[in-house]
Amino acid sequence: MPALAPPIGPAYSAAMSKTPFDFSAFPLRHLLGIEGLSPLDISLLLDRADEYVHLNRSVGGKLDTLSGRTVINLFYESSTRTRTSFELAGKRLGADVINMSVSTSSIKKGETLIDTAMTLNAMHPDVLVVRHGSSGAVKLLSEKVNCAVINAGDGRHEHPTQALLDALTIRRRKGHLDGLQVAICGDILHSRVARSNIHLLNTMGARVRLIAPKTLLPAEAERLGAEVFYDMKAGLKDCDIVMMLRLQTERMKMNFFPTVREYYRFYGLDYAKLDAAKPDALIMHPGPMNRGVEIASDVADDIGRSAIREQVEMGVAVRMACLEVLTLNLERESLR
Amino acid sequence: MSQNPLHPEQNPEPPGADGRVAYVNARLVDPATGLDAIGGVLTEGEFIAEVGAGLFAGEVPEDAAIVDCHGRCLAPGLVDMRIEISGRDFANVGASAVAGGVTTAVCLPATTPIIDDRAVVEFIARAARKAGLVKVYPYGALTKGLAGQELAEMGMLAESGAVAFTDATKALANTRTMAQALSYAATFDLILVQHPEDPALADEGVMNEGETATRLGLTGIPAEAEVIIIERDLRLAEMTGARLHFAHVSTAMGVDLIRAARRRGLAVSCDTAPPYFALNETAVGDYRTFAKLSPPLRQEADRRAIIAALHDGTIRAIASDHTPRSEDMKRLPFADAANGGVGMETLLAITLELVHNGHLDLLTALGLITYHPADLLGLAAGRLRVGAAADLVVFDPDRSWKITENDLYSKAKNTPFDGRPVQGRVLKTVIDGRLVFNLDA
Repeated sequence: MPALAPPIGPAYSAAMSKTPFDFSAFPLRHLLGIEGLSPLDISLLLDRADEYVHLNRSVGGKLDTLSGRTVINLFYESSTRTRTSFELAGKRLGADVINMSVSTSSIKKGETLIDTAMTLNAMHPDVLVVRHGSSGAVKLLSEKVNCAVINAGDGRHEHPTQALLDALTIRRRKGHLDGLQVAICGDILHSRVARSNIHLLNTMGARVRLIAPKTLLPAEAERLGAEVFYDMKAGLKDCDIVMMLRLQTERMKMNFFPTVREYYRFYGLDYAKLDAAKPDALIMHPGPMNRGVEIASDVADDIGRSAIREQVEMGVAVRMACLEVLTLNLERESLR
Repeated sequence: MSQNPLHPEQNPEPPGADGRVAYVNARLVDPATGLDAIGGVLTEGEFIAEVGAGLFAGEVPEDAAIVDCHGRCLAPGLVDMRIEISGRDFANVGASAVAGGVTTAVCLPATTPIIDDRAVVEFIARAARKAGLVKVYPYGALTKGLAGQELAEMGMLAESGAVAFTDATKALANTRTMAQALSYAATFDLILVQHPEDPALADEGVMNEGETATRLGLTGIPAEAEVIIIERDLRLAEMTGARLHFAHVSTAMGVDLIRAARRRGLAVSCDTAPPYFALNETAVGDYRTFAKLSPPLRQEADRRAIIAALHDGTIRAIASDHTPRSEDMKRLPFADAANGGVGMETLLAITLELVHNGHLDLLTALGLITYHPADLLGLAAGRLRVGAAADLVVFDPDRSWKITENDLYSKAKNTPFDGRPVQGRVLKTVIDGRLVFNLDA
């Protein structure tokens, strides 16, 4: 019988639920993507994360939930916010967190992904948090290790914790996810954030629209369960949530759009375009933002409507929940 | 006229017409409605106020000036969907246009400067407006500097008035870039116009590949250079859902492909130019550089196939391909001479050959140079309609004349039809209610 998670501790009892969470309801060893998760799986993670939001806002101290556990951050792509967010999440739960960055490790010396995985596995970590530039690389690595693996972004495939933190942000602001009209705008083609969000929002009963020039939309994107728009105002009409994406010029060769000037003219979020959305529409962006490219500065900084900084806050809470659930579930045999 | 051809932006805009003009005793020919009957047109200021069979049968309004058409044809002003403006001589382009009955022309982006920026779109439109003759709409460049590498700002160019996008007489050769261009154009529902010629296969070719080229010792351009690009781009259009138009199609195989694609329901169209249904490669004859065109004049079987495609509607428009070239650029060894011929002044006469030879009826032939090209590019032109701009042409379909380079209004004299006897002459051209050309004045 898997352990029930203990209540978080006397210091935070006021803020946290008295009810222990039954993590055994979560059926997976790894968190590789959103696709395939059930509404229950997602709700479980979001509910737990929601409790950590309160904890994180309280002063001082950390929990000992993951005391003696080891989390390794293995980032093949540079990252500030996601890596820091996972590091903070692990430390808040009392885990030992080690950061491996590609530039200073043996990976630079030509070690293959699988060899690195085996090496790290031999050190018996509890969780590997992995980001890699190739779609599917994190899954490949997960097949070679005994610990839990969290995908912190693989190529243009998935970035599950980003979708979870976006969902938590929306749920806390709007009270629910189902029935909301969500527009995801910009560089859908290169975006793992978009893919994870499409899966999550569909699973939770929201309606998803994709808005981009045709050159930045993957083929048959509507088959993922989204309505496709080329015209931003038409796409934003009556939306509750406007998710902007970063223009990932580093992943682009030529000719996805002519110039930044033209891109901003037709796809940059400014107040004129935002007018089409509902008056209380929430503006989101996974960061880092390119101001004046995909979003106007004044819109990004609009305290009343922009949830961009809140998203970062939710990130830590969501990652605490993920680390906790996967770690405490690790001993179970029945995991997929 | 005190036009300054080198600095057209300094010329004043011509005043609008006012008053009423009654065009009486005319054979009204309006291909868009199928009207072909004796009647008249009343213009009021810049617009058509009344039009119809039997108009003025009773009496002419007292205050209207009267233009007696003597039973000649009165049709919408011609719409020429592809001309080149070299230099900035808008006045001469305009003179040549109106002498040919052309009231609306679409110019390729290969101007100086190239139309790959919003400011140039506005400059071209303004300069043409000030010249006060033909109405000029610009194509936008498909790629920056027509270099075939980076996409031009199609969205903003379209907002400024570019009607479609093309790299002029260069095909966009890179398959991936073409796919991206089509996909981007589909985003804004813009039309791409491709010059279908594989540059690698055409390479140093100077005329159609075949017996004539072989006898003359000239490097040939195979018909396949056109066919390969058409075939490829049809696939890409189907893949991206974009609207695609092929300029001056010249081969039998090419029109066959487009016909089949249209039957499949693809949003593709094409035009041709007079040389491709009126001439064949033998016109190159003894190294006549005036017959050096791009695409090159093809074989007789191709010419016949082009006529068949005009007949069955596969080809939706005839463009003049007006390409003024100085004597210096044409009086050269054949391989070194520039491509292209002037064509606006001969557009109507050569198109009417199709009527006189029994290939097309008059309304169908006129449709190819009026409302069809206007509709393809979304231009408000090419129709005799109340409320429309009074852009008119009066012509005699039977009057015979001989095309002579020195009689052309165009300063550039490079017509491939030099010396050709033809039937059908423009008598009067009216733009926005103003009489801008009057042959027998």
